[in-house]
Amino acid sequence: MSASTQVTVLWGPIALAGRPEPSNDQTMRTAAPAPALTRLAGRLRSELGSGSVITDEAARRTYECDGLTHYRSVPALVVLPDDAAGVQAVVRACHELGVPWVARGAGTGLSGGALPVADGVLIVTSRMRRVLELDLVNAVAVVEPGVANLAISQAVAAEGWFYAPDPSSQQVCTIGGNVAENSGGAHCVKYGFTVHHVIGMEVCTPAGELVWLGGRHADPPGYDLRGVFIGSEGTLGVATKVAVRLLRRPEAVVTLLAAFRTVADAGAATSAIIAAGLTPAAAEIMDALAIQAAERAVACDYPAGAGAVLIVELDGPAIEVEQEESTVRDLCQAAGAFEIRVAADSVERAEIWKGRKSAFAAVGRISPDYIVQDGVIPRTALAKVLAEIDALAAAAGIRVANVFHAGDGNLHPLVLYDAAVTGALAAAEEVSGAILDLCVSHGGSITGEHGVGVDKAAKLPRMFGPDDLDTMQLVRCAFDPRGLANPGKVFPTPRLCGEQPRHRSAGDATEAAARRVGIEAW
Amino acid sequence: MVNGIRTETPTTTAEVAQVLRSAATDGARVLVRGAGTTLHWGGSPSHVDIELDTRGLTGVVAHEPGDLVATVRAGTRLVEFQEALGEAGQRLSLSAGSPEATVGGVLASGETGPLRLRHGAGRDLLIGVEFVRADGVVARSGGRVVKNVAGYDLGKVLCGSYGTLGVITTATFRLHPRPRARAWVVADVPTLSQLDAPLRAAATSTVAPSAVEVDLPGSGDTVATLAVMIEGSPAGVDARCAALQQVLRGSATSTTPPEWWGRYPFGPADVALRLSVGVAALPAAIAQLRSAAGADVPVRGSAGVGVVHATLPGDLSGDALRDTVTTARTGTESAGSVIVLAAPPHLRDSLDLWGPVPGLDLMQRMKAQFDPDGRFVSGRFVGGI
Repeated sequence: MSASTQVTVLWGPIALAGRPEPSNDQTMRTAAPAPALTRLAGRLRSELGSGSVITDEAARRTYECDGLTHYRSVPALVVLPDDAAGVQAVVRACHELGVPWVARGAGTGLSGGALPVADGVLIVTSRMRRVLELDLVNAVAVVEPGVANLAISQAVAAEGWFYAPDPSSQQVCTIGGNVAENSGGAHCVKYGFTVHHVIGMEVCTPAGELVWLGGRHADPPGYDLRGVFIGSEGTLGVATKVAVRLLRRPEAVVTLLAAFRTVADAGAATSAIIAAGLTPAAAEIMDALAIQAAERAVACDYPAGAGAVLIVELDGPAIEVEQEESTVRDLCQAAGAFEIRVAADSVERAEIWKGRKSAFAAVGRISPDYIVQDGVIPRTALAKVLAEIDALAAAAGIRVANVFHAGDGNLHPLVLYDAAVTGALAAAEEVSGAILDLCVSHGGSITGEHGVGVDKAAKLPRMFGPDDLDTMQLVRCAFDPRGLANPGKVFPTPRLCGEQPRHRSAGDATEAAARRVGIEAW
Repeated sequence: MVNGIRTETPTTTAEVAQVLRSAATDGARVLVRGAGTTLHWGGSPSHVDIELDTRGLTGVVAHEPGDLVATVRAGTRLVEFQEALGEAGQRLSLSAGSPEATVGGVLASGETGPLRLRHGAGRDLLIGVEFVRADGVVARSGGRVVKNVAGYDLGKVLCGSYGTLGVITTATFRLHPRPRARAWVVADVPTLSQLDAPLRAAATSTVAPSAVEVDLPGSGDTVATLAVMIEGSPAGVDARCAALQQVLRGSATSTTPPEWWGRYPFGPADVALRLSVGVAALPAAIAQLRSAAGADVPVRGSAGVGVVHATLPGDLSGDALRDTVTTARTGTESAGSVIVLAAPPHLRDSLDLWGPVPGLDLMQRMKAQFDPDGRFVSGRFVGGI
């Protein structure tokens, strides 16, 4: 019985965000720990101290989901190590006892990547928050995985440096989580993703070994395992120290907001900007529905009557930014912008960004429930795909608000529904899934930054054939032949790793059966 | 057939797969090659039955200028690919030591160029890859869009893998617009110990250089030359060069690169080294290497990212070379690496080309998964892979 099959049963029917269903389904049931977990808890208490090991059910339940609250599963054990050695102790014990484990940072992920395994351990990095080293002469910082993304930039801001990737959850999301997800952000159209800025990590492998992948400098000898580890969603191990590249703050930043009558016009302006040879630091579009939500939530005061707004940020040497600003203004006007605002200072910049940054949460003001989708299309297909999304939504009688990173074709359609209405969730999920199909059929991707996690594992075969997925899992087999690290995520079907099949005694089979139905007592 | 080695020149991915499947049937060992401009890099290959020459896999498969993305077959020469992209005013921000080098070869050898400071290495620009496994299975990862986190990014491990994990057949890249103008600010640095300040000032300057390269010829009147490439609008480049000249004392601006720009300091018969350290540690690492070599050996490369190449004479004795490399590595283990990229066959076999390799055990396990039968020749890569 594979790990993924077990968890599929446990994940089963989904519980809805903010609206717990009656707990008559298996989702809300706590799978109690097997004997191995009882032994594990005792061992970890003695190795890490009892304050680092949580067995109380109510306390464990607070970790039952990440930012994708549709999926819930209470971990059998939660461990909060203080340092890399603590992580190693947990992983090593799990390895020895054959217990699956999941690493979690701040739990802001939106694909269920940090969804716990009911018969496993959740390793939470929230106590690993030290900035270990700021080496500004080499433009490198070394931090623990629980350090918040924004905290790195804050630690070096006074000296004029910053850390480039900026996911919208950057105030709380952790660098360890960013490594797992290869997080991007609004500015990755110019600056790239986590993989371009994390130059090395100490990781704990699923066998419980601490090893550096990459390093403090470029081109360490051998395979670029750092590169494949980043974005592997916790399935190859857990980062215990992270070395990041720091950048100098650009001399000038200009933030411009252009209001258009239609999304198509805003998209055309974006294409024109790219075609002119400009690389904006960010290019973001919100449609009328997203603007309406943001207005209600944060009163962002975007131009009245806008069917879409395009936010363009330009940064770099002042003289270049000045010319680019003028080009962008011209191109926006040519594409039909009826109002253009330019932030005069950082306060006005924050005003412009306020609506965009609040967009996801703001949608809660216009709909009781919604699905945040994450798909990518080639930028040139933007107008066509948006029209197709409109058609899909209209046919289903469902509203879809569009917020997206226009510069790199990363769409975040927000599919609105009311869970109180019978069948509404299913209809919304159908539209949401169809949007991903659109992305794939136009040569794009099912996820640009939120990850596959548990949410999209079943959709990965829409992008990759069996041979592709089989080959990717060769890496998994090299790192984690027993599949203990974050089982059931990313890949729809785990691969057998070509080693001796894991020996299973009759007792194991009973244990596995118990795990499936989650009936064993603590 | 040369020395019992058979050359296969497949022209399609399916043919590459066929070559590998037959090799598996015959138990033949396969050496994957492009133009062969870096084929002498790494250790001596153990035994070769078949040379799989990728130069039959040519052509640009797709180029969508509006998306700044292009797909190319791996045997295409990089310069030829650049010419095609140039017609749309775009480029792949990657270059190689030789005009003959193929796209696949550049990726597999991990060659980079001066633009690395601004745009990263090949693995940073590669967004999708198709390759053939040792068992002849064709696999893909990534895709045709820049932003994509679906599945593992296998392109990363193929880059710099020396063809030990698979045969790259098609590569999809993110592109950049060609700048409208560019210029070089060039400064002579009188002593090695005076390199640190201007190097770091240039690499982290808010004039945002595209490349910061250094040349230390080791002989003649010049000790070190720092050259900084600025790209942008015509007016912007002028102003930024002027600003940088204020920072780099005694510098001058030129609209053409120094003659050494983008070239390795070594020839095919030399011992070729690569030093990778933190930018601030670079001058000391160069000094240590020269002290170990007992001579001012030529050094050149991407100082702005802390990666330079160095030349040792190919007529050194094996013992002398070993001592030099060992001494150059001393103390750099945690902060950098000194790799022997290439050495004449009679020298390389008795030399530790790579130095310490953190994660070697995982790398061996990767190799065992991807190529369990050792179809691709061993010996060239770390740990004898």
